[in-house]
Amino acid sequence: MGLLQPESGLLFWMLIAFVVVFFLLSRFGFPAILRTIEQRKEYIDSSLASARAAESKLASLHEQGEAIIAAAEARRTEILDAAAAAREQLLSAARERAEEEEKRLMAEARHEAEAEREAILNDAKNQVVMLSVAIAEKLLRGQLDDRTSQTALAERLLDEMAAQQKSCKSCTQD
Amino acid sequence: MLILRGQAIVLALWLALVPMRAGAEPQEERVDVKEIVLEHIGDSYDWHITRAGGRELAIHLPVIVRSRTTGWHCFSSARLHDGAEWEGLHIAAEGPYKGKIVERQADGSLLRPFDISITKTVAGLFINSAVVVALVLCTARWYRRRTARSDAPGGAVGLMEMLISSLMDDIIKPCVGPKYMRFAPYLLTAFFFIFVNNLMGLIPFFPGGANVTGNIAVALVLALATFVTVNLFGTKTYWKDIFWPDVPIWLKALPVMPLIEFVGIFTKPFALMIRLFANIMAGHSVILILTCIVFVTAKLGAAVNGSMTVVSVLLSIFMNCLELLVAFLQAYVFTMLSAVFIGLAQEEHEEPGETGVQHDEKLMNIK
Repeated sequence: MGLLQPESGLLFWMLIAFVVVFFLLSRFGFPAILRTIEQRKEYIDSSLASARAAESKLASLHEQGEAIIAAAEARRTEILDAAAAAREQLLSAARERAEEEEKRLMAEARHEAEAEREAILNDAKNQVVMLSVAIAEKLLRGQLDDRTSQTALAERLLDEMAAQQKSCKSCTQD
Repeated sequence: MLILRGQAIVLALWLALVPMRAGAEPQEERVDVKEIVLEHIGDSYDWHITRAGGRELAIHLPVIVRSRTTGWHCFSSARLHDGAEWEGLHIAAEGPYKGKIVERQADGSLLRPFDISITKTVAGLFINSAVVVALVLCTARWYRRRTARSDAPGGAVGLMEMLISSLMDDIIKPCVGPKYMRFAPYLLTAFFFIFVNNLMGLIPFFPGGANVTGNIAVALVLALATFVTVNLFGTKTYWKDIFWPDVPIWLKALPVMPLIEFVGIFTKPFALMIRLFANIMAGHSVILILTCIVFVTAKLGAAVNGSMTVVSVLLSIFMNCLELLVAFLQAYVFTMLSAVFIGLAQEEHEEPGETGVQHDEKLMNIK
């Protein structure tokens, strides 16, 4: 049982030693350590918070930049579209005008050609008439010996000429 | 790897030396393991270091006693060596005061004077206390010279900061409650005091090796400190819970619960004392017994002695590692339970029925 009996001398010295140690440590030791650790913890926490704030700010700035770029891109496509539309419009207008001009020129040319042909035809008709008259004169001079054959011939010729004229007229009308 | 190799070399040396020595020495008296262990665990008036060349190498510590008849005596314990008598005082060889200083009275009876000698345990206590104070004050000085914006500490200060931070965050803040700053210095002092004393006790030679925390007087004072702290700063709610707890009235009219609670005030620190004392004492005993295997088997021949030496050394290494863990664990447990007891005495007015649940939860969290 000797081990379980506290020695008075040891109790006495232990009490003194522990009280002295406790006094020294609680006065000069632990408060300073705990204070600094606590301050450092706060400092780390605040640093983390500010880092987090900076990060979110950076992210928002990035977002803003992207929005600006997107807006600029939209504006560019808008401008390009407008330019293309304007070009298209100009081109189609010019094409229309050219077509109209062409049509007008063609009509004019056709008109002129028609008039020319008419003139040529008239001329040809006159010449044919004159030639026919001359030939007929010549023929008549040869064949009109007798009176009957003269009249018969004359009648026949007249018929033929009438027929010929009719056919010519139908020919020019085409 | 290096440590392993070192251990192997030590083992080989031991193996080579021990049988040789056993053979060279003549057969001496039987090895009394119980005597060796009890002598170490108990106290002595001088600090025996080793026996070198047939001479005892020991530090003779001062004897301070006050006799009722002859007053104060103060002298070196060297004067009492080998049962010598000095100023009517000698160390009792047997009887109820075995190993203690007694005074021979005029009628021949032996009487124990009031003894506050600096014994081995007291000297160890002083050395360890100085180590604790130096350790913490050096750390505090490091912190006082720096601000919150300095780099984090490394080395010994970093180790101290790690221990202090983990104690604060794991034990003191959750267990004590909002007023933790008031009790943190005491709890931290208790932790480092016990921890350093435990570790120094594991060093097998001077200035360590004294069985300080494994002594019941030391554990008693520590438990007493927790007892005083708990009850001195206990709140009104704490005292009401003891003498008028929230239980059915018949348990209070016949004061069953108040009696149990009142006894509980004393059993809590008593458990703290016994736990610390028994754990450290047992650790010292086991290591000593394992070491004694070498000398007990010395007579049984080289083969048995050699193999048992290997076993002894291996077991000693294992036990020393275990004791390192126990040294930390006992300091930790003492601090934790002190923090819990203080925290329970710090409860303020709360809704009835909730307090019990909270206590249980708190204890559950700690476990």
